[in-house]
Amino acid sequence: MSDSPIEFKGSAFTLSVLYMKSSDLEAVKQQLAIKIKQAPQFFNMAPLVINVARLNDPAFDFAALKAMLTSLQLIPVGISGASDEQKGPAKAAGFACLSESKTANTVPEQEHTQIRYERVEVPVEVEVPVQKPSQVLRQNLRSGQQFYARDSDLVIIGTVSNGAEVIADGSIHIYGSLRGRAIAGAKGDDSAKIFAQKIEAELVSINGHYWTSEQIDKSFYKSPGCIALDGDKLTLTKLEV
Amino acid sequence: MARIIVVTSGKGGVGKTTSSAAIGTGLALKGHKTVIVDFDVGLRNLDLIMGVERRVVYDFVNVINGESNLNQTLIKDKRVEGLYILPASQTRDKEALTKEGVQKVLDELSETFDYIICDSPAGIEQGALMALYFADEAIVVTNPEVSSVRDSDRILGILASRSKRAEEGLEPVKEHLLLTRYNPERVERGDMLSVEDVCEILAIKMIGVIPESQAVLRASNVGEPVILDENSDAGQAYLDTIERLMGNEVEYRFLSGEKKGLFKRLFGG
Repeated sequence: MSDSPIEFKGSAFTLSVLYMKSSDLEAVKQQLAIKIKQAPQFFNMAPLVINVARLNDPAFDFAALKAMLTSLQLIPVGISGASDEQKGPAKAAGFACLSESKTANTVPEQEHTQIRYERVEVPVEVEVPVQKPSQVLRQNLRSGQQFYARDSDLVIIGTVSNGAEVIADGSIHIYGSLRGRAIAGAKGDDSAKIFAQKIEAELVSINGHYWTSEQIDKSFYKSPGCIALDGDKLTLTKLEV
Repeated sequence: MARIIVVTSGKGGVGKTTSSAAIGTGLALKGHKTVIVDFDVGLRNLDLIMGVERRVVYDFVNVINGESNLNQTLIKDKRVEGLYILPASQTRDKEALTKEGVQKVLDELSETFDYIICDSPAGIEQGALMALYFADEAIVVTNPEVSSVRDSDRILGILASRSKRAEEGLEPVKEHLLLTRYNPERVERGDMLSVEDVCEILAIKMIGVIPESQAVLRASNVGEPVILDENSDAGQAYLDTIERLMGNEVEYRFLSGEKKGLFKRLFGG
């Protein structure tokens, strides 16, 4: 049973850093547009950190910078190398102020272009999902109780009461009534499904797509059924062969 | 060792104290030495229902704090042999009930009593948690309506996870369902949940169905447990409940409405 609904973990990601050498946004935009044309797939909705260490412009317009980048289908996430004067306006414009790691902190010297791209490779620890054996619960879950099956399917031989909640990263099977909430594919598994002997659920959800009790087909009330995700739509089908 | 039975519900006003008084009295009538402990610190009612409010000198919290001993504090019922009441404090709050304090008092009571009935306050906070924590058995008092059933379900979840038996991995608390304020006519009309509906949702063993009855209100107001009113339907239903608590099979009464006579059926009524 999980005590907290959230968890914090440190993680490293590879981000592209845009080094700005001029505060002339029009010029920068033109150069950027050319770059993007060369690799549209790579840049489409790409998160971007902007290094402003070379801009000796305390009055630089960060809001305009953000608007410009957004108009090019980029996602500006933060800035680095900002002076203390620049940090205030940058935060006001919605930028996170990041500090680069020492190895990547060199501003490249190149005179003939105004901007330059650099891929900063940072080792990233990727959690490889491991399929664990199904968790089997042989009890009723009463109002107010919650159970989370991490990285596995969840089988409940019993009833999930109104006000109770079952969550699984895989599928959920309930050999009893589902009167509370069932949340399957909690870590983003589209193929997760919810099976129940008697569907009277308050809420069913698969990978964030959910139905409240009002949206569940009334003809299935207290009948067995399977809830699955088809594209971005939930489906409810009979448990018959 | 005494059997410790908590009378609980989650929801307020469903008849916990009335049931505690009736069940405690019924057990004493059967010859078992019984004490009813009022855990509703700050809102004590048990002494009123039992008609002993003018004899309260010390209370539960005094005993916990060592300001009085059990002999001084327990109130002996004058009607039924072997029946005692441990009243709650009206001037304190529920935080005065500590786990250690409650354990100490229950241990001491266990030495001399056969049954300890813990009358729980409403809610799921400190007072209610302390009342159920040491229980061997639970009588979950439920009215035939959805919010009461939902709250009973919640309390059953707490019994299964936060009682001493659950925490220590012992045999779980034995759960009994006591349905009160049952009105067969209103069930037939469909504006009240039926026995079957409630049993299906809560999925625990039924121990009694107490009909909605004028006798209960009357009994409360005169300070006499309704079980002593043997002619009343509620009194008889509580007597049946005691039999079932003793492990005897008793057929259920008062589950269907009064049979209407021919004239009533013809002319309405």
